[in-house]
Amino acid sequence: MAFAMILFPLIMAVIAAAVPSNRLRPWLLPVTAIAHLGMTVLVLARPDLTVSAAWLVLDPLGRIILLVVSTLFFFCSFYTVGYLRHSHKRSNRVFCACFIAFLGIMSLVTWSHHLGIMWVAIEATTLVTAPLIYFEHTPRSIEATWKYMVVCSVGIALGLLGTYFLAYASLHVGIESTLTFEGILQQAPQLSKPWLHAAFVLLLVGYGTKMGLAPMHTWLPEAHSEAPSPVSAMLSGALLTCAFLAILRIYHICLAAGEGVFVSRLLLLMGLFSMVVAGVFMVGQRDFKRMLAYSSVEHMGILALGIGIGGPALFGTLLHVVTHGATKGVLFLSAGNIYHAYGSKSTDQVHGAIRRLPLSGALFLAGFLAITGSPPFGPFISEFAILNGAFDTGRFITGGLFLFLLLVVFIGMGTTVLKVVQGRAPAEVRNTPYRDGLLTAAPVVIMMGLVLLLGLYIPAPLAALLNDAVRFLEVRP
Amino acid sequence: MTNLLNTVLVIILMMNLFALGTSRILAVIRIVAMQGVLLGIIPLLVHKHMTIPIMLMAVAAVVIKAIVIPAIMVRALRDARIKREVEPLIGFLPSIILGAVATAFALLFAGQLPLESSHYGSLLVPTSIATVLAGFILLVTRHKAISQVIGYLVLENGIFIFGMLLIEAMPLVVELGVLLDLFVAIFVIGIIINHINQAFSSLDTRRLISLKE
Repeated sequence: MAFAMILFPLIMAVIAAAVPSNRLRPWLLPVTAIAHLGMTVLVLARPDLTVSAAWLVLDPLGRIILLVVSTLFFFCSFYTVGYLRHSHKRSNRVFCACFIAFLGIMSLVTWSHHLGIMWVAIEATTLVTAPLIYFEHTPRSIEATWKYMVVCSVGIALGLLGTYFLAYASLHVGIESTLTFEGILQQAPQLSKPWLHAAFVLLLVGYGTKMGLAPMHTWLPEAHSEAPSPVSAMLSGALLTCAFLAILRIYHICLAAGEGVFVSRLLLLMGLFSMVVAGVFMVGQRDFKRMLAYSSVEHMGILALGIGIGGPALFGTLLHVVTHGATKGVLFLSAGNIYHAYGSKSTDQVHGAIRRLPLSGALFLAGFLAITGSPPFGPFISEFAILNGAFDTGRFITGGLFLFLLLVVFIGMGTTVLKVVQGRAPAEVRNTPYRDGLLTAAPVVIMMGLVLLLGLYIPAPLAALLNDAVRFLEVRP
Repeated sequence: MTNLLNTVLVIILMMNLFALGTSRILAVIRIVAMQGVLLGIIPLLVHKHMTIPIMLMAVAAVVIKAIVIPAIMVRALRDARIKREVEPLIGFLPSIILGAVATAFALLFAGQLPLESSHYGSLLVPTSIATVLAGFILLVTRHKAISQVIGYLVLENGIFIFGMLLIEAMPLVVELGVLLDLFVAIFVIGIIINHINQAFSSLDTRRLISLKE
């Protein structure tokens, strides 16, 4: 099953590169997405399919991320078909091929059960996404791509060093080194502590770079704001959570080694710092896609904070992966529609979106309310569960700071969003031909529906999936 | 054997400082190429028995790090008509001092980490950490895209040195490190194709300030 899920998109990517028609090629994305989502549902329903090889196992954590990746790609793929029609007349050959390959590689990240394979997969995501960010070919997108490549490859390099350190931690105490998760988890209590600590720090910094934790987030605002909207949505909702999965694995190993206190202190620090940085840069932000990028930094901070709190907050954190992915999809995709209608990303030019594009404008506003944790949307439930976890474990200061930072973000983001949505649209954009179409609006509406649904009740299969993952994290070998 | 190995490692440490203090890009590329040759020698010194993975590692290191990458960098320098000065964010002397501090820190930090008995007395761990830090300093204090690539290459060399401790236990994982060179190649090709003379040459400084907020 793993091979099918990983290789099928890669083969489709090759086909996409071979298809000559610029108009037909984007339709390969939905085709791939439907098949991939089907396989995801199948593999989630049939636990006997989750082991493909010693190094390809879909554990409960991987299942959640795979579900998020596959679902988000499903919606983005339809949207992309509509999006590319309004984009420049440039060939989308490289774009489509890389976008489809991106799905295959993220599936590899979720399936990989070996630190080395996981590292290769995360490195490969950087390589395939660089052309996606570069799609517009403007000077600013060159700059964004360069920064993305440099910062993320340094992160990846540190991740490799951390992997070496972890391998040495077992070599040093004279046990047979292995890098499969199962093996490491079993050996965890015997690993050499100083090496394990150093390895955790390096891996946190390395994969944290890819995940967008401050202060290594510098690539993220540029890459997210320059990339085409469906790519930004995938980067934010899927790629960042793939990096989060890598951090979860290391976290799991450290928990199994009995190093919970050391690890959670670092994670809390990084999480709160990311939220502070995001809050500071969001206040007065004029570029609305950039604002969404900082919101991703904030939410990655929340995820780090959530696992830092641990215990009762774990369920909320894993749920937040799902709710954040869906909500960020709504926001980036509706922002893409607004961008196409106005030809600008700055609040200096963009006003009155709700009149110019009633549907996308309303979705953008609803997405904003959802992502800042207003009831009755999904992120409210997950953020509330994390907050509850903080108070349950007696971390009142952390909980208080968390609430305060959420408020700062709400105000900062609210100012920008309201500027975009309210007011009168400038005369020159009122009559541009762009309108909300079926392909660019329907996926966003359905996703918004999902966000609302997750806020009202969590479907039983999803709850079972999340509980499995929490239990998996808490099991001590 | 350990003596010879440590001599090589000390030379690598000195090269880091040279790379931090040199103003001509061509000279820095040469230093990094020489470092690549020394990296190729290390696997032969660390291990008593020659096995195929170790020989392969040595040959690959010399070919990639000492010949291929420096050659394409020199080509990029010529094709993209990059000015041959480094243009650091901080002066050369402060860079060297920073590098020396980083080296001292690496020695102290490595002292805290316990080693397997057969690795006692070797400078592999401190050299590795110091080289990673030197690469990091090069990377963040230089403006030009090509200088940043050189910094990345030095950082990667540091990781390669650490890999030497593991090459017998898990040769495959260590060989993954070669994939890092893929990035370097792509960076340099990117420079050649897009003529990115400086990382941010496409924007004037006023817009850079607006980007930074």
